[in-house]
Amino acid sequence: MKFSEEEIQNWKCETCGEGLVMRKVEFSYMKGSFHAELPACPKCGLVLITEELAMGKMAEAEKALEDK
Amino acid sequence: MEKEQRIAWEAQCIQEEPPACSTTCPLHVDVRQFMKEMAEGDVNEAYKVLRKNLPFVGILGRICTHPCETKCRRGEVGGALAIGSLERFCVEHYGSPDRVKLLPRKSKTVAVVGGDVAGLVAAHDLRKKGYGVTLLEPGNHLGQSFRKFSEDLLPDSVIEEELGALKDMKVDVRFGATLDAAAFEALCTEFDAVFVDRTSSECASLPLEKDNDGLIGVDPITGGTSCPGVFAGGKEGEVPIMLAADGRKGALSIERFLQQAHMTIGRENDGPYETRLYTNLEGIAPLDRVRCADPDVGYTLGEAVQEATRCIQCECMECVKVCQYLAHYKKYPKKYIRQFFNNEKVLLGAAHSSNQTINSCTNCGLCAEVCPNDLHMGEVCLEGRHAMLQGNYMPPSAHEFALQDMEFSTSDEFVTCRHQPGTQQSAYLYFPSCQLSATAPAEVLESYRLLCENLSGGVGILLGCCGAPAYWSGREALFRETLKTLRQQWQAMGKPEVITACCTCQSVFSEHLPDIPIKPLWQVLENNALIDNACREKDAGKTIAVVDPCSSRYDPEIQNGVRRILGNLGFTLEELPLSGELAECCGYGGLVFNANPKLDNAIVTRRAGENERDYLAYCAMCRDKFVNVGKRTAHLIELLFPSVAGNDPWARGWISWSERRKNRRRVKDELLVNLGETVEHTVESYEKIVLHIDSELLRTLDSRRILESDLRQVVFHAEQTCKRLRHNQSGMFRANHKMGNTTFWVDYAPEDEGYRIHNAYCHRMNVTGVK
Ligand code: SF4
Ligand code: SF4
Ligand code: SF4
Ligand SMILES: [Zn+2]
Repeated sequence: MKFSEEEIQNWKCETCGEGLVMRKVEFSYMKGSFHAELPACPKCGLVLITEELAMGKMAEAEKALEDK
Repeated sequence: MEKEQRIAWEAQCIQEEPPACSTTCPLHVDVRQFMKEMAEGDVNEAYKVLRKNLPFVGILGRICTHPCETKCRRGEVGGALAIGSLERFCVEHYGSPDRVKLLPRKSKTVAVVGGDVAGLVAAHDLRKKGYGVTLLEPGNHLGQSFRKFSEDLLPDSVIEEELGALKDMKVDVRFGATLDAAAFEALCTEFDAVFVDRTSSECASLPLEKDNDGLIGVDPITGGTSCPGVFAGGKEGEVPIMLAADGRKGALSIERFLQQAHMTIGRENDGPYETRLYTNLEGIAPLDRVRCADPDVGYTLGEAVQEATRCIQCECMECVKVCQYLAHYKKYPKKYIRQFFNNEKVLLGAAHSSNQTINSCTNCGLCAEVCPNDLHMGEVCLEGRHAMLQGNYMPPSAHEFALQDMEFSTSDEFVTCRHQPGTQQSAYLYFPSCQLSATAPAEVLESYRLLCENLSGGVGILLGCCGAPAYWSGREALFRETLKTLRQQWQAMGKPEVITACCTCQSVFSEHLPDIPIKPLWQVLENNALIDNACREKDAGKTIAVVDPCSSRYDPEIQNGVRRILGNLGFTLEELPLSGELAECCGYGGLVFNANPKLDNAIVTRRAGENERDYLAYCAMCRDKFVNVGKRTAHLIELLFPSVAGNDPWARGWISWSERRKNRRRVKDELLVNLGETVEHTVESYEKIVLHIDSELLRTLDSRRILESDLRQVVFHAEQTCKRLRHNQSGMFRANHKMGNTTFWVDYAPEDEGYRIHNAYCHRMNVTGVK
């Protein structure tokens, strides 16, 4: 999952006032879990999930896990 | 799916039964495949097909009397395929036979007595299976019956060449054999089994019991004689292909005998038999048999190919032809059933594709209608869904949205049960349905008003859902619960006659609540002269296509009634390719719209293109789904109540899931107001949020099944907690909030009194940690 620098730099966590940095984010769904490098607030850990990611890779992974 | 059930279902699908040509052929040549190869001009492959079933193929291919042609289905549309001539062409064209491949040698040995066709075939078949075979011929020629044909038809050289195969196969051929009782006795001791070819007159003297005709008596199924281990077949005067079948039968029996297998089980189809295959010849243009330019020469390659092309390639596939779902996964029911069974019992649900497949049937029942054996794949798939739920591998997202929608319709937000204003009892109970209330609330209210004004004895109203989504999704307990509630409500109202405006409700009631009398609204309106036939004056003469909902399939009365009403209103009607008892589903059925949106869309898009006229539906979901793909479609109720404000049946556009809920609430609220009850809603704070969404985005979000209330909750949550991202340049916010199993993301910015929504999306995966 690639993120353009621009995409990351465009966003700020409102509560913490921090710019986003790449972090290792853990996901789980049904009986599966995995992780990915995603932009997140370095302070509170608020993760940025884009439309592309949610409707693309994540949706695919959900389908795969649902049918396991 | 239990094994017995699987077997019973599988037996209903006869797609794998061989075509009539093959079952009429005494040796069951795969004529259909042969024709396919020939049509492709592949004579070599065609020859291989023949060789598989025909021993001495160069001989039988030339002289077979082709009984198969009498049953060829092409005969009903043109003329039977020239199967005999094509086989001749094929073997002549191919030339010398190939070596016969033998199975590894077995220790058991068989004696074949008499070397006419039956004996030759028995010897050939048994040797091919690996048994040692000794062929004893009293005369000094093999294949007497083959030698009666003219040199033109069957050259001697071909006979020699083809029978030469026996030598290659190492069949021990002994000419001039003595066949007396003593010799026979010796054979029976020396060999493990014996086959007697009754065509040869010398065999008559063998010490075996005779039948009325003086022939060695045989069991009709096995060819077994009075002596165990001795089998016989063949009969003077029979055509070679029947003699060959006798030899084959004897060889099969001997194999079973030597393997100590059951002698008679599964032998119904040994010789010619009636096939169970169904082939619909409708729409097949008649084609006459291709004549050979020179009858003395026979077919040329070109002519042979052309003739073979006439083969219909008989098969059933009736259901697959009409069901887009069955066609989509490229199988036919027998295969699906096997696949589902394996998925459930062997793979325990791990086969992704099966789960999807089972959830993609609309349960419409069209397959059962066209199937010669009434196989209903909807029932198979429903059973599959039950198993998935029981085994805990039902994909949770498959039906979630639809069930949430049903939950709304069975909640206080919609459910209402009241007598007619000012009365204390109900002779009738109007059940307009949750979906019609969702799409045509004003017409529902107006129709109720009309019923109240005109029917005597009181017309109560019941708002709710019949539970179809629970049924389709396999949630049996929920379905039963819903039915129970309906029954209680009906009882509390004094068991009135129910009037419904939805075919699905009608069929659910008829099937699952059979003691509740129910009638379609349209019938009640018509019977009580409550339809103003002039109300559509300005549309008079308009030609429309009627869309029968799949749930009306078994209700010709509704279907005809609707057509009559439309005719009286002045419309000219056109029929879709499939209607009436062959009505198709719009994709809502079986909740396919939820479980497989892509297929659902493909189905409704195809159906929208089937007639260029505006459509007229009398199912709320049909109306909404056709409109959703851009097809101008009106609902019958809209035609009947033109006085309703904003009523413009064909111009009304698509409707969002949020709006559908709003409309249901509206029906309830207005009813209660009419009853003089105070309407109270507890309004959550988030519900007060004003949203601005442009219409295109609204459609996108609707297709993502994101409701306006979801958007409000995310915005509300973000505004409360300030947990959100802020875009540096635009100042737009991006926030998420998890509700139920879904995390919603919303891009928004304050605007006027409320918020402008820029985008929204969702996922079901959970973030469990950030490192
Ligand atoms: S209609 Fe379908 S299910 Fe029925 S026999 Fe034919 S292929 Fe099988
Ligand atoms: S049309 Fe073809 S498949 Fe059908 S019966 Fe005739 S030869 Fe066989
Ligand atoms: S019930 Fe309908 S959708 Fe399902 S297999 Fe039969 S025809 Fe196709
Ligand atoms: Zn933060």
